[in-house]
Amino acid sequence: MTLADASYPDDLRYHDQHDWARIEGDAATFGITWYAQDSLGEVVFYDPPEVGAAIDKDASYAEVESVKAVSDVIAPLSGEIVAVNEALGDAPELVNEDPYGEGWLIRVRLSDPGEADQLLGAAEYRKLLERE
Amino acid sequence: MLAAIGAESVAELFEQVPVPLRLGRPLALPGGMGEAEVLERMAALAARNADADEQVCFLGAGMYDHHVPAIVDAIVQRSEFLTPYTPYQPEISQGGLQVMFEFQTAISELTGLPVSNAGLYEGPSSVASAGYLAMAATGRRRFVVSRGLHPHSRETLATYAVGYGAELVEVGLRDGETDGGALAAAVDGETAAVFLQSPNFLGAVERVEALGAAAKEHGALLVVATDPMTLGVLKPPGEQGADIALGEGQPLGNRLDFGGPSFGFFCATEKQIRRMPGRIAGETEDVDGRRGFVLALQTREQHIRREKATHNICTAQALNALAAMVHLAWLGRAGYRELGELLVRRTAYARERLAAVEGVEPLHEAPVAREFAVRLAAPVGRVLERCAERGIAAGYPLGREYPEHEDGLLVAITERRTRAQVDALAEALGAAVAAEGGDFAPDGATKSPVGEGVGR
Repeated sequence: MTLADASYPDDLRYHDQHDWARIEGDAATFGITWYAQDSLGEVVFYDPPEVGAAIDKDASYAEVESVKAVSDVIAPLSGEIVAVNEALGDAPELVNEDPYGEGWLIRVRLSDPGEADQLLGAAEYRKLLERE
Repeated sequence: MLAAIGAESVAELFEQVPVPLRLGRPLALPGGMGEAEVLERMAALAARNADADEQVCFLGAGMYDHHVPAIVDAIVQRSEFLTPYTPYQPEISQGGLQVMFEFQTAISELTGLPVSNAGLYEGPSSVASAGYLAMAATGRRRFVVSRGLHPHSRETLATYAVGYGAELVEVGLRDGETDGGALAAAVDGETAAVFLQSPNFLGAVERVEALGAAAKEHGALLVVATDPMTLGVLKPPGEQGADIALGEGQPLGNRLDFGGPSFGFFCATEKQIRRMPGRIAGETEDVDGRRGFVLALQTREQHIRREKATHNICTAQALNALAAMVHLAWLGRAGYRELGELLVRRTAYARERLAAVEGVEPLHEAPVAREFAVRLAAPVGRVLERCAERGIAAGYPLGREYPEHEDGLLVAITERRTRAQVDALAEALGAAVAAEGGDFAPDGATKSPVGEGVGR
């Protein structure tokens, strides 16, 4: 497994519980940040939620399990799940190797795109991490 | 010591206790006894119990008087196994973890399911754990439970169900076996799991696969409790559609010991591995590529997942499970199968022999493996008393937990029960029934003295 370098892409929005959102129109992709996967350690299991389920901003929609911990994954925005990353079933370590790309967790159709204003930009998120 | 802590007297240490709460006089303890006196006193107390060496024990009902070979104690009483408390750190517990891994492997082979844990406390709480797993796996809250399940298992499951917010639906027996029609009718889309036991409490070997079909149809889990001594001759639950196979492990390597301690075993399909309760030992490699053992899948457990854990057990009955593993290793595959065959043959003989006794008849005709139920034409309690006078604990009175079988007696067979002993039982029962049968009125088996003193 090749570890990714610490990075926080500028084109993403961040939630203070260490989750990111890539917003494209009225749809968005969610995942966990580099910091989150680094804290967890090697991810060994991810049980995706059901497609079609409704999720709420700030609420947990799934769990990510590593060798030493289990962590709730928080939804940065509200919406309906339209896709889940099935590849993680066989290769959960993608979350560690490529947290913003192949390691994506779910895709949703946003119910309230305005919520994005409450999220942090990359610079603000980095500042938050310095305080952690 | 008082001088060291700067106190004048022992009384001074209790000055914080308010005067009205103090006893005000010395404790009424008898004087001390010397070692010889103590031994005599303990022996006198112990002699008030009849044990399975003094009385020929046909008592079963979940725990059985098997022969435990001497090698079990020779290994189990080694201080390396006997003394450590929760020996799970891989740095210093490779032997203990290896034994757990071997035990899991053996139990998994016996039950026909790929995953096993390192053991739970005993049979009944294993059943309750299965209920919790089924709820997590299905999101449903109803348990359909056969009346053939051991009464302690049903009771424990019912107790836990209160905490789970689950409900129990009981399905009755017909001619000793679970009523298939009633079971099918009771299972629906709200059922989390169907619970069966085979052989069941009345000794009958259940048609697990056929009964389990109802569970499969509605997406409920099939949980099968079984007797580990019968898995050498009966089709294992894993080959009959069970999602979970579990049970009381006592018959393997553990004596009756007044009812415990013992251990429960718990096996499941691969799909349920992350919902399994209990410790799980895993095989791995160290940094130098050498084989080693560790606790695996700890992310299920309380110390990581807290209130979302799959269970609240943070240890195992490792010593009792080790005894089971030693016993299995001593028997070997061929020996284990031969023992099962012996049990079946001798049980068949016993049932036939007893059925031929005046006033004794089989309670059901279902196939049995090592235990069977009979009906007596005399009050069960009195019959048991008379048999006890002859040095025979004739069996377990069914009326206690099965009021519909007030006249029922459960008779268990182990390899320690010789044909001669079975013949003596038949004679004793015959004589007792003849003597007590006169004005037969059900006496309510609660008067029976049996069960209050048989142990070892």
